[in-house]
Amino acid sequence: MELVIQLIFAAITALIIGAAMMTVLVRNIIHAALWLIASFFGVAALYLLLEAEFIAVVQVLIYVGAVSILILFAIMLTRQITNQGAQQFVARWWVGAVVAVTLFTLVMAPALITATWVLPPQQGPAGAPAVLAGPAELGRGFVSEFLLQFEIAGLLLLVALIGAIVIAFEERARRRRVLTLAEEHALRSQESGVRSQNEPPQPLVAAERTERATAGQD
Amino acid sequence: MTQAVPIEAVLTVAAALFCIGLFGALARRNLVSILIGVELMLNAVNINLIAFWRYYEAQFITGQTFALFIITVAAAEAAVGLAMVIAVYRSWTTVNAESVDSLKG
Repeated sequence: MELVIQLIFAAITALIIGAAMMTVLVRNIIHAALWLIASFFGVAALYLLLEAEFIAVVQVLIYVGAVSILILFAIMLTRQITNQGAQQFVARWWVGAVVAVTLFTLVMAPALITATWVLPPQQGPAGAPAVLAGPAELGRGFVSEFLLQFEIAGLLLLVALIGAIVIAFEERARRRRVLTLAEEHALRSQESGVRSQNEPPQPLVAAERTERATAGQD
Repeated sequence: MTQAVPIEAVLTVAAALFCIGLFGALARRNLVSILIGVELMLNAVNINLIAFWRYYEAQFITGQTFALFIITVAAAEAAVGLAMVIAVYRSWTTVNAESVDSLKG
C-alpha cells in the first residue's frame, strides 16, 4: 500500500514539475498556458492525495476552470501575430535562473539537512484514526470563527470584479470593429483573388492583420 | 499518506514549483507569462499550507481556510492583472514588459 502511494506521489510530482518547467520554458505562449493547466491538474491531484478533497475540487473549479480561461482570453486579446518569432526571454534570463536556483538551495538545505520534522501521532484518543477536518467543519468555520475574513474575501472579490471591468473597459467610440465571419471570408477571398493575379502569394494572415490594425487606428 | 510520503518530499515539490514560477516571472518578457509565473508561485504556497495542515493539525480547519483565502486572492489578482495587461496592450500596443517604460528614470 505504501509503495502504491509513493508511486502515485512520484507520478504527480513528475506531472507538476514537468508541466511547470514546460510552462516557463516553452516559446509559444498558448502552449505555455496549456501546460499551466496541466500543472494545475497535478496540484489538484496532490491535494487529493493529501486528503484535502474540497481544496482539490476548488482548485479544479477556480484554477483550471476560471483562471486559465482568463489567461487564454488575455493571450487571445493581446496576441501579436506579426511578432510571433520575437524573443520570449529577457536578455539576462540567466539572472532569473541563478536567483531561482539559489533560493531553492537556500530554502531546502536547512529544511532537509538541519531540521528534523517531528510528526505528531496521527491517531486520536484511544487509538482511533485521527479525524480529518472536512467540508462540513470548513463551512462551519466560515460562518463562525472566520466570519470576518469570509466577508472581507467577498468584498475583495467584488472590488476586483469592479476594478477589472473599469480597467479593461473600452469606450464604444474607440472600439476596433470586429469583422463578422462572412465579411472576413469575403475579404480573404478578395485578397487572394487580387494577389493571385498580381503577385506571388504572401503570408495572408499577417498582411490582413496589419491592414486591419491600420484600419482600426484611423 | 503521512506514513508513506515524508513531509520533506511534499515541501521539496512546493519549493521547486515556487522557484520555477519565480524563474518564469523574472525571465519572461510577456506580461501574461509573468502572471503565469505568479500563479505557479501561489500554487506552490498552497501546496505548502495543505501539507502542513495534513501532517501537523489535520483535525483543525485553519490550514484549509488559509488555502481557500489564497485561492480567492489569486483569482482576484488574476482578474485585475489580466485586465491591466489588456489596458496596457490598448495604449502601448505591446505586451512586452520591457517596452512599457514610461516610468523609467
